[in-house]
Amino acid sequence: MTHPFLFLQWITEQLHLRVGEHVTYTWLVMAILIVVSFLASRSLTLVPSGVQNLMEAVVGGIEGLIEETMGEEGKAYFPLIATFALFILVCNLLGLIPGFYPPTANLNTNIALALTVFVLTHVVGIKKHGFGYIKHFMGPILWLAPLMLIIELISHLARPLSLSLRLFGNMYGHEVVLMIFLALVPLFLPIPMMLMGVLIAFIQTFVFTLLAMIYIAGALEEAH
Amino acid sequence: MEFFAWCVMAAGIGMGLGAIGTGIGQGHAIQGACEGVARNPGASGKILTTMMIGLAMVESLAIYVFVVAMIILFANPFTDQVLELLAK
Repeated sequence: MTHPFLFLQWITEQLHLRVGEHVTYTWLVMAILIVVSFLASRSLTLVPSGVQNLMEAVVGGIEGLIEETMGEEGKAYFPLIATFALFILVCNLLGLIPGFYPPTANLNTNIALALTVFVLTHVVGIKKHGFGYIKHFMGPILWLAPLMLIIELISHLARPLSLSLRLFGNMYGHEVVLMIFLALVPLFLPIPMMLMGVLIAFIQTFVFTLLAMIYIAGALEEAH
Repeated sequence: MEFFAWCVMAAGIGMGLGAIGTGIGQGHAIQGACEGVARNPGASGKILTTMMIGLAMVESLAIYVFVVAMIILFANPFTDQVLELLAK
């Protein structure tokens, strides 16, 4: 249930390589991001124009969002969060072009992203609080601790699951809906769905980065 | 063959039931956000962010149902066994 013709897949077939379509298109997204970043930062000017202007607006927007959600502490995590945002946004928007496949419509890509967030939150928490990080799992009252420990563990383990499945479900669902409408009425009916796809791409990027920020901020704050 | 008919029915009915609950929940969330913005338009930015997170949380329920429906339709783990039984 993807686009019937994926040109990078066709190229890998000609070369007799066995690489999944999500891997080849992830490489494409990486290439796009590297080239755009290079073009934007090649000749920095005080009065930005062109690509530099665009990237400054994007990076400034993400920086503002991080400061709003995480406060001053969040600035250390700006590279990670900004990378997530740019990567997921480009991946999602890539799916709207015929012949391209959004790497986020494959569960493997999303689980990689979600596990990064999951591991990072706990590494950050242990780094900040040391052994006292376990208080985050104990709940407010001591004699409730054995019960709270299980509940908190389950809720923490559900985070990467929900984070990856949400992005996967949205992007894959959009692909499926688009293909079904294309099979039913190929002429004009897919266009409103593609417009909604633009909206979904931006909202899911926003939600993923915002939840990653909230999880990291939750690990940073003191247990109560 | 009846097995596959029931699979399609389960996927369809399950998706419908999942959409009902999610629709009601998201409706409530948006109602609250609209009332909040109407009373205090200055806080619309913050309300929008909070509402988006809430909507994403509620929406993930429907997404789980969708994933399960897709598993039932396209990656059913019992398909091979049923086909084996049918061949006998």
